[in-house]
Amino acid sequence: MSAHLPILQVILPLLAAPTCLLLGRTQLLWMFTCGVSALCAVISFQLLHTVHTSGDIIYSLGGWSAPVGIEYRIDSLNAFVLLLVTSLSTVVLCAAKQSIAKEVPESRQLYFYVAFLLCLAGLLGILCTGDAFNVFVFLEISSLSTYTLIALGRDRRALWASYQYLIMGTIGATFILIGIGLLYMITGTLNMRDLAQRLPDVEQAHTLYTGFAFFIVGVCLKLALFPLHLWLPNAYAYAPSIVTAFLAATATKVAVYVLIRFIFNVFGFDFSLSQFPLPQIWLALGIIGVFAASIVAMSQHNIKRLFAFSSVAQIGYIIMGLSLGTAAGVQAALLHVFNHALMKGAIFLAIAGLCYRLGAATMNEFKGLGKQMPWTMAAIVAGGLSLIGVPLTVGFISKWYLVLAFIEKGWWMIVPFIVIGSLLAVVYVWRLVECAYFQEADSKREAGEAPLSILLPTWILVFANIYFGVQPQFTVHATSIATLGLFGATP
Amino acid sequence: MIANTVLPPSLIIFIAAGLLFFIPQRWRLVPIVLAPVISLALIWMTPLGDNLKLAYLNYELLPLSVSATSRVFATIFSLMLLFGGIYAYRQASLLELMAAFVYAGSAVGVTCSGDLFSLFVYWELMAIGSTLVIWAAGTEKAYQASMRYLCIHLMGGVILMIGIVAHVFQTGSTQFGAIALDGFASYAILAGFLINAGAPPFSSWIADAYPEASPSGSVFLSAFTTKTAVYTLMIAFAGNDLLIYVGLFMVFYGIIYALLENDMRRILAYSIVNQVGFMVTAIGIGSTLALNGATAHAFAHIIYKALLLMSAGAVLMQTGERRCSHLGGLFQTMPQTAINGIIGALAISSFPFTSGFVTKSLETSAAAYEGLTWVWFLLLAASAGVFLHAGIKFPWFVFFQKDSGKRPDEASGNMRFAMWVFSFLCLAIGLFPSAFYTILPYPVKYEPYTADHLITQFQLLFFAGFAFFALLPLMKRTLTISLDFDWVYRVFAFKLSKAFFHLYWSVDTAMRQAFLKRFYLAKDYLVAHEPSGIISRSRPSSTMVIWVTVLLSVYLIFHFL
Repeated sequence: MSAHLPILQVILPLLAAPTCLLLGRTQLLWMFTCGVSALCAVISFQLLHTVHTSGDIIYSLGGWSAPVGIEYRIDSLNAFVLLLVTSLSTVVLCAAKQSIAKEVPESRQLYFYVAFLLCLAGLLGILCTGDAFNVFVFLEISSLSTYTLIALGRDRRALWASYQYLIMGTIGATFILIGIGLLYMITGTLNMRDLAQRLPDVEQAHTLYTGFAFFIVGVCLKLALFPLHLWLPNAYAYAPSIVTAFLAATATKVAVYVLIRFIFNVFGFDFSLSQFPLPQIWLALGIIGVFAASIVAMSQHNIKRLFAFSSVAQIGYIIMGLSLGTAAGVQAALLHVFNHALMKGAIFLAIAGLCYRLGAATMNEFKGLGKQMPWTMAAIVAGGLSLIGVPLTVGFISKWYLVLAFIEKGWWMIVPFIVIGSLLAVVYVWRLVECAYFQEADSKREAGEAPLSILLPTWILVFANIYFGVQPQFTVHATSIATLGLFGATP
Repeated sequence: MIANTVLPPSLIIFIAAGLLFFIPQRWRLVPIVLAPVISLALIWMTPLGDNLKLAYLNYELLPLSVSATSRVFATIFSLMLLFGGIYAYRQASLLELMAAFVYAGSAVGVTCSGDLFSLFVYWELMAIGSTLVIWAAGTEKAYQASMRYLCIHLMGGVILMIGIVAHVFQTGSTQFGAIALDGFASYAILAGFLINAGAPPFSSWIADAYPEASPSGSVFLSAFTTKTAVYTLMIAFAGNDLLIYVGLFMVFYGIIYALLENDMRRILAYSIVNQVGFMVTAIGIGSTLALNGATAHAFAHIIYKALLLMSAGAVLMQTGERRCSHLGGLFQTMPQTAINGIIGALAISSFPFTSGFVTKSLETSAAAYEGLTWVWFLLLAASAGVFLHAGIKFPWFVFFQKDSGKRPDEASGNMRFAMWVFSFLCLAIGLFPSAFYTILPYPVKYEPYTADHLITQFQLLFFAGFAFFALLPLMKRTLTISLDFDWVYRVFAFKLSKAFFHLYWSVDTAMRQAFLKRFYLAKDYLVAHEPSGIISRSRPSSTMVIWVTVLLSVYLIFHFL
């Protein structure tokens, strides 16, 4: 049984999705989905444990071994991201029932749960597989279900946002496919390890580079690197709140994983990161992204959109870490992947609670909320502090490692940008605080605290933000092992 | 004594800040009094050394490291909070009280920080707390001033943060101790500290922001930010010659501006720069006598400066008037406030038998003992200047002078109580210096009351006092001061420096204002009216595709070039 864990991880939500159609009642659906996600979380925890104690797990599908068949390969990197995705999805799902009941019409709630499970299956598939084409297939599964999830939003602009994301996502996926296709053309294999072995010897350097460029641009589109982020703010803003929380915490993180995986384990470190122009372009885009997105976030009225822009800024930090091309930089990026998932998970879940009570989350609704919904507002503030990078929160850990990585590399000039970037976060978080705590509510609105079923998962994530900020041993350990694995493979 | 006390005093104060929010107004006095008292007790019960070690990342946090110096500073901060709180609690808003507690708690926290991490956390909390204190005044001007204030302090925080990271990276240790002034990291840390001390070229934030706070707000503000900077400078950079020059600059900057000023609270704000200048100079001298002097002076200064600002605050509360030229004759109806103001004024001018006399003289003597004759001379001359601007000018114009016709009531009971206690402390320290000297970090073998010292000081004071009254008509007419023709060469120097300072001050303020303006402009330009701003606008898919193409082409073009 335990030998089959890698495939169970993926197949479980994939099979659970059609099973949902058999379960009629939403209560049942919700419990079933939660259970499946929780089971995945348990499996991924077990996988991480196994990887850390006894090394990589290689699983050949149907008994066909690598070059012929498809293999799943779990190492310390994807086991770490798997744990992140499954646990976040579980926490988010716990909060889903009431929020979805409020935001999605009864008749469509079934689709939510089906699409959610499919999306989860797709993300987990991307993470598990060791086959390049498989990545594309699962990417499509997760993307298509994401479009559905976004379109479920009750704002009519959700349709439009979803449609735009569909177009952009398809272009991204096509680029990825072109990239993989070119690789297949010149090497004749789709297995990642095989690709890694054969790529250094290929003679068609131009074809290889073109494939590389297509692939990178495609992935950067999926992870919303500035200026390819344009689909993201609206998608996050108009999707149902739970979907936003789920996507913000997981989807872009998985895209970052794909980027890291291909750069290190397929194209090879020397090819991708040690030569002009990729690191320089990334560094520039990362910095511009942090500043531009933060400044835009400052004057958003729609709070979901505000934090969506803040997500774009945080992606900037992750890309900056990667652009260093050092072990410390990659570790900082991975830490931020994890930590940012925690922050945004907490914030968007709190906003879900807010939307449940108020119907919308604009700046006006925030007036006087400090008194009316103290726990929800406290969660947003805690998440915001983490976003700023206040010590004792996870945000500080990732900023600290990022700054150290830049100093280690000797790029002093970049350090002020990182710190000033945090100050920009202070501005947009402060606007919320000012509105919520120092202004009186406009009308005679009677808004109580968010329901416990949303509040509890929110605070679990807030607690995680503080716990991993005070006791960062687990994340630091896991990311350092993952980084070692990456740099050990390609010296 | 509890052997294993590991409760940080700052924590108690933070808890009280939180409690204030939930407690009804009439019970507010309870946490206001209890928290500082408990904090005081904790400071003296906690044994010297690192009492609390926490592992964080690969470093060690020492949030409760007590040294002899930190005890003195933590003590005066707690005292200040106690009596400032009593002074404020009736008229100050809830926000102001809470902010003041966070502010004071983090100041106490800074003094107990044994590592740079904890120090930085408290440092930033202090910036936020103090900004809120200014903001709590509730006026538009206060809001603008608080934003300019925050600008400076966030910038200082960034510089300090970068310095700390670099320092930790270079040395591998987060310990907060003496830092050798070499290399980028140490200079960044020094700059971070000096910005909070009000050193050039960023001195103007004090006089810019403090007078805009509420009457009680400026009392709190006067105590913590600059004095924690003095504390950190003393721990990290004692004995650096650079600080002597910086300190002297501050001394004269403060005097000249205070003399030219008409707003009574701004006079006192400038005089903070001046007094902190003395301390920074003493830290630059760096002998044990000088460090004792800086510590003692900080202690005494917090008390008499708070006393002066309390007195000014009481006047402002009762009359609503801040301009010296519109005040006067208040002695008749506010005698207690006036007496307290005068005691504070005497103390700041180092009048014998007050706290200023027994503390500031430690610093001037240290300069003499170290053979820094010119420093000694300048400090002495500055003492006369202090008497001119704060010692006489403030009480004379506010309480005496011509009768303004105002007949305000005496300040309320809680305000008077706080003022009397601080007056008492000013005199007690002045009369019994040896008892006070025992709490200083290093052993003191100094006797302030020698005939020689007394005579010198009286001469200085009488001469300065004479000059003031002799020139009074001149001052009244112009509302600024210019000096007698006997001192032509000084007038010239004076004018020159005045012009220089004026230029520098206006440039600095203008720069910050311009920065804010540009910032807002740029932001508005980029974002304008959501969602139609240039980059926040929702884009058609074609735009997105164009960007995809652009990025792809950039990759390919750069590669094939």
